[in-house]
Amino acid sequence: MSEVKNVVELEDAVIKFVGDSGDGMQLSGTLFADTAAYDGNDLTTFPDYPAEIRAPQNTIAGVSGFQIHFGSKKILTFGDICDTIVALNPASLRANLKWTKKETIIITDSDAYDDSALEKSGYKTNPLTDGSLKDFKIISAPFTTLIKECIKDLNIDVKTTYKSRNMFALGVAFKLYGKTLDHTFHYLEKKFATRPQIVEMNKRVVKAGFDWAATNPQLECLYNIPNAKMEKGRYRNITGNVATAWGLIAAGERAERPLFLGSYPITPATEILMEIVKYKSLGAKVFQAEDEIAGICSAIGASYTGSLALTTTSGPGLSLKSEALGLAVITELPLVIVNVQRGGPSTGLPTKSEQSDLYQALYGRNGECPLIVMAASSSADCFYSAFEAAKLSVEHMTPVILLTDGSLGNGSELFKIPDTKDLPKITAPLAKANDPNYKPYNRDEKTLARQWAIPGTEGLRHRVGGLEKENGIGTVSMDPINHELMVGLRAEKVQRVANYIDPQEVYGDQEGDLLIVSWGGTKGVIRDSVIEMKKEGYKVGHAHFKHIMPLPKNTTEIFGKFKKIIVCELNSGQFVGYLRITHPEFKYNQANKVQSLPFMIHELKEKYYKLLEK
Amino acid sequence: MEQILNTIERSNVELTKEDFVSDQMVKWCAGCGAHAILAAVANVFPKIGYRKENFMMVSGIGCSSRFPYYVNTYGFHGIHGRANAIASGVKISNPKLSVWVATGDGDSMAIGGNHFIHTIRRNIDLNIILFNNMIYGLTKGQYSPTSPMGSVTKTSPQGTIEHPFNAGELVIGAQGTFFARVPDNNIKLMTEVMFEAARHDGTSLVEVLQNCIIYNDKVHAPITSKDTREDNQLVLRNGEPMLFGAGNKKGIRLNQTRLEVVTIGENGITESDILVHDQFQQDPGIQLMLAKMAPPLYPVAMGVIRSAMYPTYDDMVEDQITYAKANSKILTVNDLLNSGDTFEVK
Repeated sequence: MSEVKNVVELEDAVIKFVGDSGDGMQLSGTLFADTAAYDGNDLTTFPDYPAEIRAPQNTIAGVSGFQIHFGSKKILTFGDICDTIVALNPASLRANLKWTKKETIIITDSDAYDDSALEKSGYKTNPLTDGSLKDFKIISAPFTTLIKECIKDLNIDVKTTYKSRNMFALGVAFKLYGKTLDHTFHYLEKKFATRPQIVEMNKRVVKAGFDWAATNPQLECLYNIPNAKMEKGRYRNITGNVATAWGLIAAGERAERPLFLGSYPITPATEILMEIVKYKSLGAKVFQAEDEIAGICSAIGASYTGSLALTTTSGPGLSLKSEALGLAVITELPLVIVNVQRGGPSTGLPTKSEQSDLYQALYGRNGECPLIVMAASSSADCFYSAFEAAKLSVEHMTPVILLTDGSLGNGSELFKIPDTKDLPKITAPLAKANDPNYKPYNRDEKTLARQWAIPGTEGLRHRVGGLEKENGIGTVSMDPINHELMVGLRAEKVQRVANYIDPQEVYGDQEGDLLIVSWGGTKGVIRDSVIEMKKEGYKVGHAHFKHIMPLPKNTTEIFGKFKKIIVCELNSGQFVGYLRITHPEFKYNQANKVQSLPFMIHELKEKYYKLLEK
Repeated sequence: MEQILNTIERSNVELTKEDFVSDQMVKWCAGCGAHAILAAVANVFPKIGYRKENFMMVSGIGCSSRFPYYVNTYGFHGIHGRANAIASGVKISNPKLSVWVATGDGDSMAIGGNHFIHTIRRNIDLNIILFNNMIYGLTKGQYSPTSPMGSVTKTSPQGTIEHPFNAGELVIGAQGTFFARVPDNNIKLMTEVMFEAARHDGTSLVEVLQNCIIYNDKVHAPITSKDTREDNQLVLRNGEPMLFGAGNKKGIRLNQTRLEVVTIGENGITESDILVHDQFQQDPGIQLMLAKMAPPLYPVAMGVIRSAMYPTYDDMVEDQITYAKANSKILTVNDLLNSGDTFEVK
């Protein structure tokens, strides 16, 4: 057999590792992504796993996956249709055929297609032999048999041998896409430093897959994806949840305020809690509360006490926090609430992503209860969005809800590591000890923010609380005129934040036929759709909003420059509803999807074409 | 009273009641037991002796929870049931504050029951004053989780059909380290008990049997009135025998596994048969039995029933941070950003 294979150059590719929960697909995927990054590709990843921990083996319910989109161009999404699927059992193959196209490469373990596995996955006949996969390029091998062969002298038990199938598959994928094994070897040596036999086994297995692919004729050609042109600097692969955690920690350092997180575990937000708790060495205090309410209430107590206070949650948790959010609004204290959105209502689709909590973030409280609402636009952007959320919260003395979502939180992309000295300074409006003029609700003329008087400071003893306060002196007041004044001031304070945020940018044409509007986690896919439209010669622009409450001041100006506007979001039309209230002078078209799945570029473009034809 | 020694900074001048008087009008009903609690707090804060800026008062919702407005400290009036959660955040955020919670039987044992038991379980160093008037006052007369079975209220016209909570039993059940009880008409004892609460490291729960003159008047009278209190109250003192009644003739002894009221001089009972109170005993067995005592068989136990030493949550938070700072390579955010797997694009 010849080792010489034709090498085809590609701009980008999408590969998805799928198997049973517990087959190690998340690890294979992560190692593939890290290797691609080291080799110089840009990338975005997304883990796709079930809500259950270990659903029955070989069933569709138990399928876990990890998708990587990597390339030599700027990669904005984790991709929709897969170029290659690595499937470790029939159930995972069957569950993922919907993400394939003609000629998708399927790498699979033929040993896994026994009668029992076929039956549990709903196959009546073996798809590898019944001809049903004839449109695909099948690369199948008896993984288990080949693994046994290459490690037979190591005396490894059957179970451990079986568990290394993900490594064999990874080796095949590496060869297919011209990747090297160094990073994986290095990882294994570090991870299993105390278990040299496991290191040896895994190295041999991944190498065996690699070598098998080199000579096996099922691989018609190999692919090469050149390096991406990236800005010089130090990079890392980062998930949105980790980036959120780090952005908040960075904000604490820049604000010179201690960090306090009160939180209760909830999918898909828990990683932020698990991440921040690792950094007690940076002074982070983390309180795993008894419930969502205690999470936010402890944070409010910590905020009054002078900490940069945070609470992290997902949709149903935000519902529980609503009353306490009102308390943070009326006491005019800084507080960052991160909502990693998932499919709702109620428990909904815990591990799937949606943008359906926008109305809740904007309006989900009793009384007139305005606060800042922001939305992160990519996994790496979670760092900067979280940082800015904390900055605005502290400097304007108001709670901020930062919306991310399950796709951003669990997905990853490359993140250029900043130096903290280049991050903006955060200036907390602290009241000075013994200031004779201190009054709890005196306000800064420009921002309308009140001062933060930290308990323990001499000469500033005061009380705040959930009852309406008299503006200025801050005593309880049931006066009707004062109440109206305070309602207005709280709203105005949030509106004035627009003076402190960047103007809205438009990508593409600055005026033209169609303005494509989006917000939050859909930025990448919508940007890709706009890039394609531009290539096709259409006069289109893309305005992707990070600041929702308040909106950037130039929003009206931007909207006025296009003949048509379409607002794309993964809900039934919440941002568009908000725009119809705040900017009623424009006519808005909509593109919506509520399947807890991301947009696909072609479905967006169909909407654009229809509008442009009219 | 001796000086309390801990990490909270003390005042370098002698403080008085006046240092804690707020400029707000006290709006409780005339004759409400809350006035007595306010008086006891005003007595005890100067005695505790911390800098006046180091006191922090937190509350939830209800008549009790207006308390922070009436004391000149840093104060936070929260939302219904959440005082203990807010106070937990305050204390963890700054353990050098003396944090006091004013809460009621509705606030802490109904809507805030979850926070109440978990705060106690964690042993966060808070001083919680539980105003137990066995009724909802501010919403005008509905039964509460401590209303005695059969209580006729606006929401139980035929009498309640719920078993009431006993605060002491709940505290000990939640692994509480400090529980004390006082009647609202004994400001001297209340002041002493609050001082003990301040001295205790960990969650201190002081239950005040408080009269609501409007909606539940005299609910505690069988225990607290002049003509009943001698026989129906046992004021516990650490290291002293549990004697009560006229001339201290009655006492509590342990008869096999149960407490029993006995009379000195009857059936050969002498003072040596009487139990001696040990508030510091870690095993809460006897303390639980004491907390549960009630007429007609027993007097109600007053004073510090339990004060056991355990590490506090807030101390352990500080210890873990100190350890992490001494042992981690990540001491700045730049260290964090550059930790683990990174790579250079040239």
